[in-house]
Amino acid sequence: MGILAKKKNRQGAEIPTSSMADIAFLLLIFFLVTTTIDVDTGIGMTLPPEPDETTPPPPVSDRNMLKILINAQGQVLLEDLPSSVGQIRNEVLTHVQNNGADARYSDSPSKAVVSIKTDRLTPYNLYIQTLDEVWMAYFEIWDIEARTMGHANYVEYRSELEAGEENEIRDKWPAQVSLAEPDPGN
Amino acid sequence: MAAHFTKKSKAKPEISTASLPDIIFMLLIFFMVTTVLREQEVQVRTILPQAEALTKIEQKRYVSYVWMGPEKMPGNRVGDTKVQIDDAVIEDLTNVRSIMYRKLSEQPRLIVSLRVDEESEMGVVTDVQGELRKAGTLRISYSSRRDISNI
Repeated sequence: MGILAKKKNRQGAEIPTSSMADIAFLLLIFFLVTTTIDVDTGIGMTLPPEPDETTPPPPVSDRNMLKILINAQGQVLLEDLPSSVGQIRNEVLTHVQNNGADARYSDSPSKAVVSIKTDRLTPYNLYIQTLDEVWMAYFEIWDIEARTMGHANYVEYRSELEAGEENEIRDKWPAQVSLAEPDPGN
Repeated sequence: MAAHFTKKSKAKPEISTASLPDIIFMLLIFFMVTTVLREQEVQVRTILPQAEALTKIEQKRYVSYVWMGPEKMPGNRVGDTKVQIDDAVIEDLTNVRSIMYRKLSEQPRLIVSLRVDEESEMGVVTDVQGELRKAGTLRISYSSRRDISNI
């Protein structure tokens, strides 16, 4: 009782405010650290433009086209041979890097096309795995090219590119993935 | 000593304003953290497939999402595969074309991010892609999660 009375008598008693800023900063730092800005990641593709009836699609010779077919049961056909998803990457690598050496594969990297054909009932998951393997093959090629140019890897090379600057690696090894119209299925 | 004495004898002690900026900062931080920029409610289930060859879409303002997957039903059940753009489930897929055409005219560098459930079939994806091609929105991205099992 005596203490309370004494406290009430003290006039102009202030709450220490010097630590307020520290508390606010601490909170700010805490939220800065814990906040994650959700970035959307995915496999980028460019769809072919709507076919024009007057201009037929450019002919691609059979040797330049690597055909990947995935049926409704999830079976993979690589150049008409039964295969598996795991084999796609090496096949794409040989196909693109062939440079006319083997008559079964492409003439040159710029002519090499990878065509993926699916069925209407093909599982989407398998399609993504296939696409992933194809892109990983291209990433591998780009990594090799980036290393010969004196960069650690392709990602580093790309991050060093100025806006509007030509991506030499992709110009040399263009990724040409074509998505064929699927069969109507049953 | 005299000055000290006069301060204490003040009749009206004022409320300290030194902490006001801090309080404002704290409020600011609170609202920054809790504000969610109009999150769309996804009415279809989309468990994204896993992949390795991922690229980040840094320019978020270019992105428009298309969700595809089994419709969420009450009681943890799922229904038929549906397509959702923005807040609406699209029943007639030919509408995708007009929606995307309008979006493309507003944002010429539009990227369509396809968030497709991993258990979907290619049929619906192909149909939507066909509509996207007709609309002229050719830049797409198959939204995928990073494959954690390989790391």
